[in-house]
Amino acid sequence: MTALSALVRRDVRIALRVGGGALIGVLFFLTVVVLMPFAVGPDLALLSRLGPAILWLGALLASLLTLDRLFMADHEDGSLDLITMSRTPLELACAAKALAHWLAAGLPLIVATPVLGLLLNLDMVATGAVALTLLAGTPALTFTGMIGAALAVTLHRGGLLMAVLVLPLSIPVLIFGVAASQAAIIGPMSFGAPFSILCALSLVSLVIGPFAAAASLRHGLD
Amino acid sequence: MTLIDLANPSRFLALTARVLPWLAGATVILLAIGLYQSAFAPDDYQQGATVKIMFIHVPNAWLSMFVWGVMSVASLGTLVWRHPLADVAAKAAAPIGAAFTFLALLTGSLWGRPMWGTYWEWDARLTSVLILFLMYLGLMALWRAVEDPSRAARAAAVLTLVGAINLPIIKFSVDWWNTLHQPASVMRMGGSTLDKSFLIPLLVMAIAFTLLFVTLHLAAMRNEILRRRVRSLQMMQASRIAFSSEMGAGSREENASKEAGAA
Repeated sequence: MTALSALVRRDVRIALRVGGGALIGVLFFLTVVVLMPFAVGPDLALLSRLGPAILWLGALLASLLTLDRLFMADHEDGSLDLITMSRTPLELACAAKALAHWLAAGLPLIVATPVLGLLLNLDMVATGAVALTLLAGTPALTFTGMIGAALAVTLHRGGLLMAVLVLPLSIPVLIFGVAASQAAIIGPMSFGAPFSILCALSLVSLVIGPFAAAASLRHGLD
Repeated sequence: MTLIDLANPSRFLALTARVLPWLAGATVILLAIGLYQSAFAPDDYQQGATVKIMFIHVPNAWLSMFVWGVMSVASLGTLVWRHPLADVAAKAAAPIGAAFTFLALLTGSLWGRPMWGTYWEWDARLTSVLILFLMYLGLMALWRAVEDPSRAARAAAVLTLVGAINLPIIKFSVDWWNTLHQPASVMRMGGSTLDKSFLIPLLVMAIAFTLLFVTLHLAAMRNEILRRRVRSLQMMQASRIAFSSEMGAGSREENASKEAGAA
């Protein structure tokens, strides 16, 4: 347990310091959202209708952008081999690393959401709904994306290949995230049903992600 | 004859060389019967002659999912049982599955034009098949990104299994997404129950397409085994050249011969 919490603390600290790149994700998120009005026109009514979708897409791309650092840096300096060989089960270590990544790169996105909602003319309820669904949904993005990151590090190929592999897997999260926020804003569907499914997706990926990532690390690193 | 007897690639090659002509012949005969029957099937009272697209479309759509199932079993073979031919099977199946999925999309789109008035509709079924196609392409990209086949095999096996878990989830979420945004539109495929005059040709075509897949898959596996042999022979030759030109390259030779044994 102490080993895992030490791993989490170490990863968060590395991510927040110089060269960690956690806050780059927020900057990217901001940039994507700022680009949207240029593409669809500065129509505030349209922007507020598209707002939840834009925020969700931005968060999805931003979390994808930072993901390939998840194992890559540790692989480069050799600490990934130490983690693989340690007595802590690799599955738990992977889960701890993903949790740290979410704390350092996912949470800032959610904190930034109200500000970006302001830019997109979203009211209080809509912003709250999007932030809440992001809070429930981004763990699923991190934990399924971790599989892609583990594959990328064993193959020494990052970037685009990982995006191609991970993006189709994140479709359900996107669907239910946007559905839940739209339900809270305009109805007539209840907010509860899609939101519960979103939480369920996060819990499922919490189970599947570490096992699949650990399997690919164990088979791929030797 | 068990699965483990086929672990020897030479035995596999010998066996498939004997089986393949028969399989190919059976495929041709069944395809001919199926095409003949579907060409002479009666026109639908609503859809007219376009209903005949179904006899091509449905087997393709069926196989697009069946091939992912075959790949999942092969991936289990790679990761759990370490069957030496499992990754060959998985790799050979991916492009064939992608082709079936593409044909299902294409014929569906051609069928959709006269029936629904549009080539593409963001219908739940169409969308989930399109995502399946994207996942096939991603898997093929993964195979092509790595030179070392055994390393790529294990990565692709993990991805295939994750995809096998995720595909039903994607399917259900897309259904849900569709019902959320698109209230009942005019897309009901023919009738819910098929008449016998349609059902029998359809079943014949389905069996013919399955046989076609098995034939193509075995042939592609043979190609893949031969390709790997060529690759390890080339590597042995390269290391022999390196050995003669510099001293201490013995370890490389050993590696190459080990790889030749594995292939």
